[in-house]
Amino acid sequence: MRFIFKTSYAQDIQLAKHGGHVFWYSVLGLVLLGAPWLFAEYWLAQLTFVLIYAVVGLGLMLLAGFTGQFSLGHAAFLGVGAYTQAVMTNAGLPFPLALLCAAGLSAAVGIVVGLPALRLKGIYLGMATLSFGFIVEEVLARWEKVTGGNAGIHVKAPDLFGWKVDSGEGFYFLCLGIAVASTLAILNLLRSSTGRAFVAIRDSEISAQSMGIHLARYKTLSFALSAALAGVGGALYAHKLQFISPDQFNIIQSIDLLLMVVIGGLGSVHGAFLGAIFLITMPQAIALIKDYLPAVIGQAPGLQAVVYGVVLVSFVLFEPLGLYGRWLKVRTWIQMFPFYRKGMFKRQKSFQKSDRLK
Amino acid sequence: MQFLQLVISGIAQGCIYGLIALGFVLIYKATETVSFAQGELMMLGAFGALAGMTMVGLPYWLAVPAAIAGMAVFGVLLERVVIRPILGQPAFSIVMLTIGIGYVARGMITMIPGIGTETHTLPVPYKDQIWNVGPLVLNVEQMVVIAATGVLCAGLFAMFRYSKLGIAMQASSQNQLAAYYMGIPVKQLNGLVWGLAAAVAAVAGLLLAPITFVHANMGFIGLKAFPAAVVGGFGSLPGAIVGGLVIGIVESLSGFYLPDGFKDTAAYVVVLVMLMVKPNGLFGEKLRKKV
Repeated sequence: MRFIFKTSYAQDIQLAKHGGHVFWYSVLGLVLLGAPWLFAEYWLAQLTFVLIYAVVGLGLMLLAGFTGQFSLGHAAFLGVGAYTQAVMTNAGLPFPLALLCAAGLSAAVGIVVGLPALRLKGIYLGMATLSFGFIVEEVLARWEKVTGGNAGIHVKAPDLFGWKVDSGEGFYFLCLGIAVASTLAILNLLRSSTGRAFVAIRDSEISAQSMGIHLARYKTLSFALSAALAGVGGALYAHKLQFISPDQFNIIQSIDLLLMVVIGGLGSVHGAFLGAIFLITMPQAIALIKDYLPAVIGQAPGLQAVVYGVVLVSFVLFEPLGLYGRWLKVRTWIQMFPFYRKGMFKRQKSFQKSDRLK
Repeated sequence: MQFLQLVISGIAQGCIYGLIALGFVLIYKATETVSFAQGELMMLGAFGALAGMTMVGLPYWLAVPAAIAGMAVFGVLLERVVIRPILGQPAFSIVMLTIGIGYVARGMITMIPGIGTETHTLPVPYKDQIWNVGPLVLNVEQMVVIAATGVLCAGLFAMFRYSKLGIAMQASSQNQLAAYYMGIPVKQLNGLVWGLAAAVAAVAGLLLAPITFVHANMGFIGLKAFPAAVVGGFGSLPGAIVGGLVIGIVESLSGFYLPDGFKDTAAYVVVLVMLMVKPNGLFGEKLRKKV
């Protein structure tokens, strides 16, 4: 067991709560820095994807996990970011400027989508974002002059003021830097009053409002920040794939993103990363076990969908806090060994709170 | 005439949307959760009838009720096994859960060797027949859709209005706790509502199958039924049908009069406009949470 004795108020908002945090995150940092020399090229590429998805996941986590607003059209923001980046880069803009444009435009779009969110709740908001996602996908497909339509568009390598990042390692470090920066930004945001306001809105809009939180402002802000991160992620995604087309940003992608934060664990920053790891490694894992299954199952085209569905259903049923929740349990078990009790994380029985007036 | 023709085919398509939306609304009214698996239930219903007709060799008039009854049982089981354990959890968990169920259903159908990845046609007796009424050319398949939707709606209306079961369902959808105190078995009713929603979805699938194809991805049409439910107001049964008709007609007309690409997005544009103008839909009740 570890006991933290608080001796100053500053300790409450420290990012690393104790020595263990410092040690383990340093190890993680070193491994990530050394990854190009530790892993083969293929795995490095997968790691880059994990980082990219984690950036997007952080955005969605902020919106869904911390503000409690669900977006079923998050792929649209990803798409806006990716296409902005593609067009800007191909026009010769340097990478940081293009990235800024991608984030800015996505954020602007996010604000537009966030506007109905002020009046809409729950499923209606989901519907609005879903509809918006479809419309953006269609615009990307039809606005052929700029986006190249369904044929897609090629994206040049990022150009960092003269330094062409065209190697896998270089791009990996770029993604790593951006992922670390956005993680720190989110962590910092969450310990500020803005972040607390988000969490308050998630837990109860009415009590948040009565504590003087301007719902409209914070909801829009949350949408904008979330969309901006999705835009940054989309920009990196465009560079990584070097080719983008509208069907990469469809409803399936949106649902995958949601699946990522739900499986990772809603309401935790770790969850975004764990979810991203899950989303990237799952197809690989399925490909690996395919050979050991009977051909009827292993070679069937629907296998991946079934596995995704079953995993999602079982997480919602048995582990609503996702992978991070599972890790918390394991960690507590280790810390308290042998005193862990079975009911420690038991879900409280709750009655459904009706939204109805009657 | 062109216009009338378009409206009629829009109504037929709208009936399908309306029927799927009816499933959403039934479940939403009863349990205040949203099922994203409705389109997949529709797909399963269509495949069920297909299997009954082509593999078992049942005649059409036997395969259809069998498929509907089968889906109703499936709906009840689904509620019992996966939905009930997490009732009372945030609504979003159930949304994710039903998305998961949809994935599994679609994947399972795709995995059936030889059948899952193909497109099939449901051999209905009224396939490819046409009526000529004056200058109008009426497609019998579409007429059947409209007629069947009408009959089904009348049946549902009668059930909710006159039968004990329907009134109990209404009561439990208005206030679960009060209904429970009145001796209404709310949990069993929720199961039945899921069964009913699945059966309605199966009907929609059977009606849609002759117009398009039976395919593992046909459930994606459920995504267009959401706008229908929202336009009608999520808590209103007649609203679902009206919303479906609105979406169907707008889609059909915009496909003809507006440039390419508007047909697929018309439904979503309509729903966005609706949400801005009248967030509770045409027939929705105004909701405000009490503190």
